[in-house]
Amino acid sequence: MYRQTDIIEDNRDTAQGNFVINVGPQHPATHGVLHLVITLNGETIQKIEPHLGYIHRSIEKMCESLSYRQFIYVTSRMDYLSAHINNHACSLCVEKGLQVEIPPRAQVIRVLMDELTRIASHELWWGAMAMDLGAFTPFFHAFRERETINDIMEETCGARLTMNYMVPGGVMHDIHPNFQKRVKDFMQLYKKKINEYDELVTGNVIFQNRMKGVGVISAEDAVSYGCTGPVARGSGVSSDIRKIYPYEIYDKLEFDEVLETGGDSFARYMVRIREMQQSIRIVEQLIDNIPEGDFMTKTKAVLKLPKGEFYSRVETARGELGVYIVSEGATTPYRIKFRSPGFSNLSILDKMVRGGKIGDLIAAMGTLDLVIPDIDR
Amino acid sequence: MTNEELKSLISGVLPSATYEEGTEWLTLNMEPTEWPEVAKKLRSDEQLFFDYLFCLTCVDWKTHLTMVYHLSSTKHRQTIVVKSKLDRNKPEIETVSNIWRTAEFHEREVYEMFGVSFLNHPDLRLLILPDGWEGKNPLRKDFEDPVNMIKL
Repeated sequence: MYRQTDIIEDNRDTAQGNFVINVGPQHPATHGVLHLVITLNGETIQKIEPHLGYIHRSIEKMCESLSYRQFIYVTSRMDYLSAHINNHACSLCVEKGLQVEIPPRAQVIRVLMDELTRIASHELWWGAMAMDLGAFTPFFHAFRERETINDIMEETCGARLTMNYMVPGGVMHDIHPNFQKRVKDFMQLYKKKINEYDELVTGNVIFQNRMKGVGVISAEDAVSYGCTGPVARGSGVSSDIRKIYPYEIYDKLEFDEVLETGGDSFARYMVRIREMQQSIRIVEQLIDNIPEGDFMTKTKAVLKLPKGEFYSRVETARGELGVYIVSEGATTPYRIKFRSPGFSNLSILDKMVRGGKIGDLIAAMGTLDLVIPDIDR
Repeated sequence: MTNEELKSLISGVLPSATYEEGTEWLTLNMEPTEWPEVAKKLRSDEQLFFDYLFCLTCVDWKTHLTMVYHLSSTKHRQTIVVKSKLDRNKPEIETVSNIWRTAEFHEREVYEMFGVSFLNHPDLRLLILPDGWEGKNPLRKDFEDPVNMIKL
């Protein structure tokens, strides 16, 4: 049986001069209860071992005893910054099994909510990232805008973080009458603010020096380690599920897949900044064009998926989320697997910072945008 | 590429493969002993080129365990599912972490949750479960924890 003291013992014997430092489980820079055991030689990182499970709730096991309507609410608690998108992935998977089409109005509302979530999530990342590098001001800028999105969500969904708004068949209820106006007001304000971000952080020479050439991931490694989302796109790997395997109405929308080729922290930073602008584009295309009609298709009160296997893939703010349902024809899933983006993105951490300095670890880890409940599930 | 085209392509490379009917993606079954050879071919063949393992998991069928690998290609954009039946009492399969590095973490998760041992895995030990956890594998169907589990 492995124990933490074993590594220390090992190190005494084999690698003279190395020592072990623990980051976490309670550490502000890990943004959650992540425990990293780092082997150092001086300031140089020899090895990083993540220890997980501090916030593991066994969501996959829980889902096995919840019905197809109930299990979706649990998934808001996985990647809590992409709650809408998690719900969306699960709803898509159940709809695939039931073979129901959802009304156009629901599709547009879902995409709008997804993109607002993406903006809010990248906002929080941007503020937290700058904080990791020692600047506290950007955090307030980011939260000021994120707050507005949360207010909009609260009005329509009744919740600010774990929305539980998307259900099999559409969305739970119609959008609030103020929704369109408030989103448009926000967009107008936000387009000015996003330039402020560049002035404040992106062009800053200290910031750039800390980011450029740090934590480089090659394109081959990104694919091999299963990286998705901005982490893979920062290395030039085209991986946007919205473009490759479009769902809902993404194939009819005009937006670009953001790709950078640097592979370093700065490339990943730029991907997210530019992605926010693409999300603005999508919201602007849709906000005045929400079709009239139902927001939900009628489905049975008790859902039963036919025997078989169903898989849906969506693009969350962090990368590809996969929902794999194995059904035995009952009212509860036989087995559910969530392929969470954070889990795979974390696995490259050791590779990307090995040989670097400990001071760069936090900067590099910040650009992976890890959400620990998403890794632990 | 449609499933039929992919099927004929794979049959050329792996003549002994058997397929499942009525699935969204082409699903092939193979023996655990064949897996390392099959994996290598799926990864290296120029026309198949499955370089991205996006999901690796296991399902407990009470009589046996089934390993499920979801693979896709970033070059040709096709997807397949590979399944392998394992003996529930002594589940063993070769690791693929040398082919797809992402498998290293995913296999560790399956190892502790289902008790599957991955042969030649570089670092097969607990990832999520706490130190000192012994025996019981939480995601198996017969797992019971009278203290922390609430039956619904």
